[in-house]
Amino acid sequence: MLDQFDPLLDPTFATGDRDRLIARLRDIVPLRGLITQIEGMRVYETDGLAAYRGLPSVVVLPETTAQVSAVLKVCAELGTPVVARGAGTGLSGGALPFPGSVLLSLARFNRILAIDPDARTARVQPGVRNLAISEATAAHGLFYAPDPSSQIACSIGGNVAENAGGVHCLKYGLTVHNIQRLEIVTIAGEVLEIGGDALDAPGYDLLALLTGSEGLLGVITEVTVKLLPTPVHAQVLLAAFPEVTHAGDAVAEIIGAGIIPAGLEMMDHLALNAAESHVHAGYPIDAAAILLCEIDGAAEDVEADLVRVGEICRRAGASEVRWARDETERRRFWAGRKGAFPAMGRMAPDYYCIDGTIPRRRLAEVLTEITQLSERYGLPVANVFHAGDGNLHPLILYDAALPGQMEAAEALGGKILELCVAVGGTITGEHGVGREKINQMCVQFTQAEIETFAALKAAFDPAGLLNPGKAIPTLARCAEFGGMHVHEGQLTFPDLERL
Amino acid sequence: MTPAQRSEAPDAEITDALAEQVRAASAEHRGLRIVGGDTKGWYGRGTDGERLEVSAHRGVIDYDPCELVVTARAGTPLAQIEALLAANSQTLAFEPPSFGPASTIGGVVAAGLTGPARPFAGAARDHLLGVRVLDGRGRALRFGGTVFKNVAGFDAFRLMCGAMGTLGVILDVSIRVTPAPAESRTLTFDLDWPASQTMLTRILRKPYPVDGAFHDGAQLHLRLSGPADGVRAAEREFGGLAGDPRAWRAVRDMNLPLFGAPRIWRLSVPQTARLGDLTGPAVFDWAGSQCWVATDAPAETMRRLATTAGGHATLFRGAGPDEEVFAPLPIQLLDLHKRLKAVFDPAGVFNPGRLYEGL
Repeated sequence: MLDQFDPLLDPTFATGDRDRLIARLRDIVPLRGLITQIEGMRVYETDGLAAYRGLPSVVVLPETTAQVSAVLKVCAELGTPVVARGAGTGLSGGALPFPGSVLLSLARFNRILAIDPDARTARVQPGVRNLAISEATAAHGLFYAPDPSSQIACSIGGNVAENAGGVHCLKYGLTVHNIQRLEIVTIAGEVLEIGGDALDAPGYDLLALLTGSEGLLGVITEVTVKLLPTPVHAQVLLAAFPEVTHAGDAVAEIIGAGIIPAGLEMMDHLALNAAESHVHAGYPIDAAAILLCEIDGAAEDVEADLVRVGEICRRAGASEVRWARDETERRRFWAGRKGAFPAMGRMAPDYYCIDGTIPRRRLAEVLTEITQLSERYGLPVANVFHAGDGNLHPLILYDAALPGQMEAAEALGGKILELCVAVGGTITGEHGVGREKINQMCVQFTQAEIETFAALKAAFDPAGLLNPGKAIPTLARCAEFGGMHVHEGQLTFPDLERL
Repeated sequence: MTPAQRSEAPDAEITDALAEQVRAASAEHRGLRIVGGDTKGWYGRGTDGERLEVSAHRGVIDYDPCELVVTARAGTPLAQIEALLAANSQTLAFEPPSFGPASTIGGVVAAGLTGPARPFAGAARDHLLGVRVLDGRGRALRFGGTVFKNVAGFDAFRLMCGAMGTLGVILDVSIRVTPAPAESRTLTFDLDWPASQTMLTRILRKPYPVDGAFHDGAQLHLRLSGPADGVRAAEREFGGLAGDPRAWRAVRDMNLPLFGAPRIWRLSVPQTARLGDLTGPAVFDWAGSQCWVATDAPAETMRRLATTAGGHATLFRGAGPDEEVFAPLPIQLLDLHKRLKAVFDPAGVFNPGRLYEGL
């Protein structure tokens, strides 16, 4: 299991003096901001990828940027690794504690500092929940667009660290498109302003580099997000299909027709049935797949576009097309979709969520291949995905109590990701590489590219203390794992010895 | 080679030849001046070095309208890509400025300039999905990809956008494309800038289909684009006079009278900023967040004006040989820039000094 860090394949650090570390941290944060007992640290041993567990050396909860800076300086001085953590909802093990590390929780950074309705921005601390921003700005008729399914719980700092997406990013973009300024603290304790209050900043685009950097480059202590005016009208259409591939064809047709839906989501039979029994959204449970297509804008335009979408779906073979009758039903349609992951808990004791993106035109063949892989590994796979942007979320159902099933799920997940790369896509669309997909990075990138990523990290963090063992694999790991993989006709890492 | 000849050149993949030239330059620590269509040579600080011609590395590699992405070699003329997209009712939503028919898509990404739709549709970097670049060792590296949602690895591809060629030679780019709006209307209002700014701040808080707003010194030009009903409803509500849609191309490509001045400053500021005395005639684009000023005022005056307003100033056109073009960086950020430069270009051969001295 990948929650075990391997001294041969992952970064290693000299074992530090824990008592000394605790004494130094005690000088920085208040008593309530330091957890050193194992029982207290259990809360932090895993994130949204619950299969991976580990304990840090200590947990620290600073309350000010100055405290974060002081904590990082101490860690740099003592050579102690640091794992930053937001709300702990991430699905790739990005906040999994590294052995001997300081787990740095930003939970106390939970204030909205300023809302400027005229400039349409909000300045918030990283621990503020994603949905809390839209709730706080709703009175001004504004909202924060990226809406990961976990938005009720996930924090904006974590969203920035992962470049989180959501069901509405086809139209409104990812986190990187919706923020304009960060305050970060480097491992040396320097406080840097990245981006600014204008639409751009001089020099290299560090704002983009920091977004999605998974806690490897710096610790985010403040975020300025862009807000958008709430659309006047939004309506969602549900189309049911007797064949999954017909739903895939409809997606390509909708996009090809020049329509940009606010959201375009697909669920297959297994997923929609799980969601239906969990949320009672009113989904047609006999369908092989359903599409949810939301259009927002002026009322007449929404109606006109949805009529076109309905016609496209029927032509593609939909057995049923219906519009949400009212706002309550619209919300229920989406509640089913957003609740699809938790609903899986009713289908199997455990599930493993995959996050590849593929070009839309390869959808049908990828789904067929996933079905075959599912049969080969003997584990059911439910498919939920952001169809509009080709971001798949196959959910592998397994039972960790049965010997070998967890390993089989991990192996099947790896195969699906490699399939995504093979058709020209990527191993992660929005959940991040984290710990989970560290091996598949070696499939997607060449040795020279991995070296460049490592050098970029070193430009911020020369000792490699920030979130080690995540996001960017060591060359040794790629030599071990990438040995079986051939990239563009060549071994991915030809000049490294195989372990 | 004249621009006309250039646009008739056949598609070609010359990565190996470019890589050879880069390796030779790196081995001897010789500077290279990367050139695409050579239409923006005046932008940025001066840089010496042997010309590295990318314009022969050209051709669209992949374009499927249903995927909403185009992948092309860096030397592909921007005009060729725009024509291809237009034939499929699609556009580059960030409206890259063009300063001549030879302008290449690689140059568009390297300069990172964005037209009037910037506050509404995003910048060049927002639409970039991936690049293939040559680093200083002559290695072809691929960052990002061809899909919109992709968070594997650092966004090194976005770093190339606006880096003015100082981090690598862009070989291929993948850019997200957007369906052309069903309807587009240009309205003009006889308002001065302060009144225009007040009006814009009010309407931008509502979900009107605005995708352009600039003030040419005399009038406010407002563009409404999107599905027909929303556009027509906003048009009825706003009033104003029917404007000339060619105005958008003029402000995008800096073809307004103000841009004839020898020295042009670009102030990038918050849209709601109330700027003080600008010391010269001004055009306000991006709904006020990009302000062009023709002035001979001292650099420190202009830079202070911008920073006081919460932004930064660029001496966009007319900088003297030793003058800084881009806003000076705080020392910690400049040091970080130097370390990032060294990651891609350890021998310092790519467009040395074009962005900042020492980069």
